[in-house]
Amino acid sequence: MKKKVMTVDDSRTMREMVSFTLKGAGYDVVEANDGQMALTALTANKVDLVIADLNMPIMDGLTLIRKLRALPQYRTTPLLMLTTEADDKKKSEGRAAGATGWIVKPFDPAKLISVVQKVCG
Amino acid sequence: MEDLQQFKQTYFEESSEFLGVAETGLLRLTPGNVDMEEINAIFRAVHSIKGGGGAFGFTDLVAFSHEFETVMDGVRNSTIPITDELVDILIRANDVLGQLLGHARDGTRPPAGFAVAIVTALKGFAANALEEAPPANEPCTPSPILGAAGRKTFSVRFRPKADLLLTGNDPTFMLRALKAMGTADIECDIGGLPTLAHLEPELLYLQWLVTLTTDQTTNDIKDVFEFVSDDSLVEITEHSLDAPPPPRLEAALPIGADPSRSTNAAPAVYATPEDAPESPQSAAPGPKPAAGRSSSAQSDGGHPSLGSHTIRVDLDKIDRLVNMVGEMVISQAMVAEQLRKLPPGEHQELLEGLQQAAQHTRELRETVMSIRAQPVGSVFSRMPRLVRELATATGKDVSLVTSGEATEVDKTVVENLVDQLTHMIRNSIDHGLESPNVREANGKPRTGTVHLSAAHRSGRIVIEVADDGKGIDRPRVMEKAIEKGLVQAGATLSDEEIDNLIFLPGFSTADKISNISGRGVGMDVVRRNISSLGGRIGVYSTPGQGSRFVLSLPLTLAVLDGMVISVGAERFVLPLTNIVESLRPKPADLHGLVNRCDVMMARGEYVRLVYLHSLFGIPNAVCDSTKGLVVLVETEDGGRLGLVVDEVLGQQQVVIKSLESNYRRLEGVAAATILGDGRVALILDVAGLQEMSQHGGSASSVAQRQLLDASSQPRIM
Repeated sequence: MKKKVMTVDDSRTMREMVSFTLKGAGYDVVEANDGQMALTALTANKVDLVIADLNMPIMDGLTLIRKLRALPQYRTTPLLMLTTEADDKKKSEGRAAGATGWIVKPFDPAKLISVVQKVCG
Repeated sequence: MEDLQQFKQTYFEESSEFLGVAETGLLRLTPGNVDMEEINAIFRAVHSIKGGGGAFGFTDLVAFSHEFETVMDGVRNSTIPITDELVDILIRANDVLGQLLGHARDGTRPPAGFAVAIVTALKGFAANALEEAPPANEPCTPSPILGAAGRKTFSVRFRPKADLLLTGNDPTFMLRALKAMGTADIECDIGGLPTLAHLEPELLYLQWLVTLTTDQTTNDIKDVFEFVSDDSLVEITEHSLDAPPPPRLEAALPIGADPSRSTNAAPAVYATPEDAPESPQSAAPGPKPAAGRSSSAQSDGGHPSLGSHTIRVDLDKIDRLVNMVGEMVISQAMVAEQLRKLPPGEHQELLEGLQQAAQHTRELRETVMSIRAQPVGSVFSRMPRLVRELATATGKDVSLVTSGEATEVDKTVVENLVDQLTHMIRNSIDHGLESPNVREANGKPRTGTVHLSAAHRSGRIVIEVADDGKGIDRPRVMEKAIEKGLVQAGATLSDEEIDNLIFLPGFSTADKISNISGRGVGMDVVRRNISSLGGRIGVYSTPGQGSRFVLSLPLTLAVLDGMVISVGAERFVLPLTNIVESLRPKPADLHGLVNRCDVMMARGEYVRLVYLHSLFGIPNAVCDSTKGLVVLVETEDGGRLGLVVDEVLGQQQVVIKSLESNYRRLEGVAAATILGDGRVALILDVAGLQEMSQHGGSASSVAQRQLLDASSQPRIM
């Protein structure tokens, strides 16, 4: 059974690259353009991992993670941040919101796969 | 390794969208008018361009967008105040970004010293931020650390923080990752487990000791615990191969080398009656393996409707579809033509079926056309920039008002509009609008207005560029026209005719060639380009109050609803949208005028009659309009004309085949088409006919004659 991953990013390029990389590694990938769209889709359908950008229109990544963590079905689901922000302040904000971990953009495909495997097998 | 290069194209497409977003936002950005949403959008646009650029290794682009982004971040945090100077620099920075994207696309490097001034200016703004801007977040590509040559043994003690599971981290995967690095002996310490009564099912009470023999480094091992090392205890000790293995944990539960077995044991420990999963959905609070299973079970239920509702399709594919629909329209006309030969009253079902098919074809055609349709807003949005530049260059105050951006028109038309609109707006600002002082002296507001609008009207799109400037200087235009030999001295022209002189080739009233309008491109070129799109342009001017350029274009360049008419042995197609009515005039309604131009009284109005047979030199046609029919047609600008024809044959969808690309352009003819019987018919251009009839002319009738001869050959195109 393929694990299902959602990539949330307002950049189509980024979504497609994440999607391509993870599909190549045997994951099922779905996409969302912003936090609100992701939340709506995720509430209806459970995924095994969410990879979210921080800066997005309508609903940003931190808010998305906070809201997802509050949902019973996402209490223990890995939620990764994929962002150009690399400073510790952002990371600890992410951690406080309930993020599992972070990946710094631009990502190396092999590294992305290894991180994803690390958090969701 | 996956090849992400294939996403470059997407990246460039998307980046140019982002550039547009940023530009639109920047142009709206004025001191004192701060829309945070807009600023965020600009920031995100630059940020995304930078992010993608990093993925493809466009270093110049990333470096520059980083400076740009830093300043936008300052603007976002209100540490950099918005000034006119700042906005100017940001707009120019956006241009530079576009150029860098171009270099990246072409695989070239910008010249040395490229955009140094802008970079310096950006850095200046960043340095003068009110308070320290957040530290630069240089994107860093994690570089794989090469493993040391020899194998080493490490003991790794991992004591996760109790609520580790609640951040979505799962020790199982970390242990598995360690195991994948070499030979791992994993022990689980269950000493921390409380009694069942005190056990919180969502917390983690276990710790692990792993003895790992691997050729990788301490850093690689640390990497496994990357996300948890901040609040969990991770101790990594290196041993030489000869050293004795570390002592086993007290009361350790030997798990063996398979970490998954450790978690197999866990559910038994965790499973308290109250959290026994009722349904997969409620199982989430349980330990990871249960959650994992439940989520798999859930995702079993087919692919949900996640993701985007649009797809991108290659334009060629759509064009093929458009062509096929066109061919289908022709085939259908052919079947209809054959059916007409059947005895009337028979084969009723066949006729009904054909009618239905015609209806479906029409819907199909409209749907296909709507796929190609784009809002003209994409062109309009480029104009504020132009107006801003022109205003600066001419020292005039100009405000641009746009309306009807949502009006949709065929993609080809949209693409070709840019240059024409650019030129028309240049013309309006350069020649139309007065300088602020002159305007004030004339009792007008100092700021001139250029109004750009679009609307659908009778199956065409009508675009207007109106200014409230001084209007066309008619005496000056006449003088110039006489000087250039375009008009004979002493000729009397109506105001309208004088205004339209500006469309003649080689005409320019600018006293001195300015670097704005005077680039060797006159309004004649605009008119030529527009008519090559099947469009027309007209001008309406009121001295002292302004000018209005009206541009009308067909919505699509492929298919139209037409009325087939006959003149002698020839068939013509009239666009249905031009037709008002058809009637047979009574002799009393007809009035002859001098030089053979007849008029007819229709609904209380005099209408000029055009005899198609004499215009095109067709023999054996009905010459007496009381015996034939008059089709009353209307041009986009409201002019009416009566076309004298033999017969009106019926309504039909026709596929437009360009005459220029297959033959050459002809006056009074918009295009050609193929009828059901395989014959070529010309599609008439009503406004062109009106023009021809005014000049009394069948000057080109020899050429028309030739074409008509050719068109009687079936299927020449």
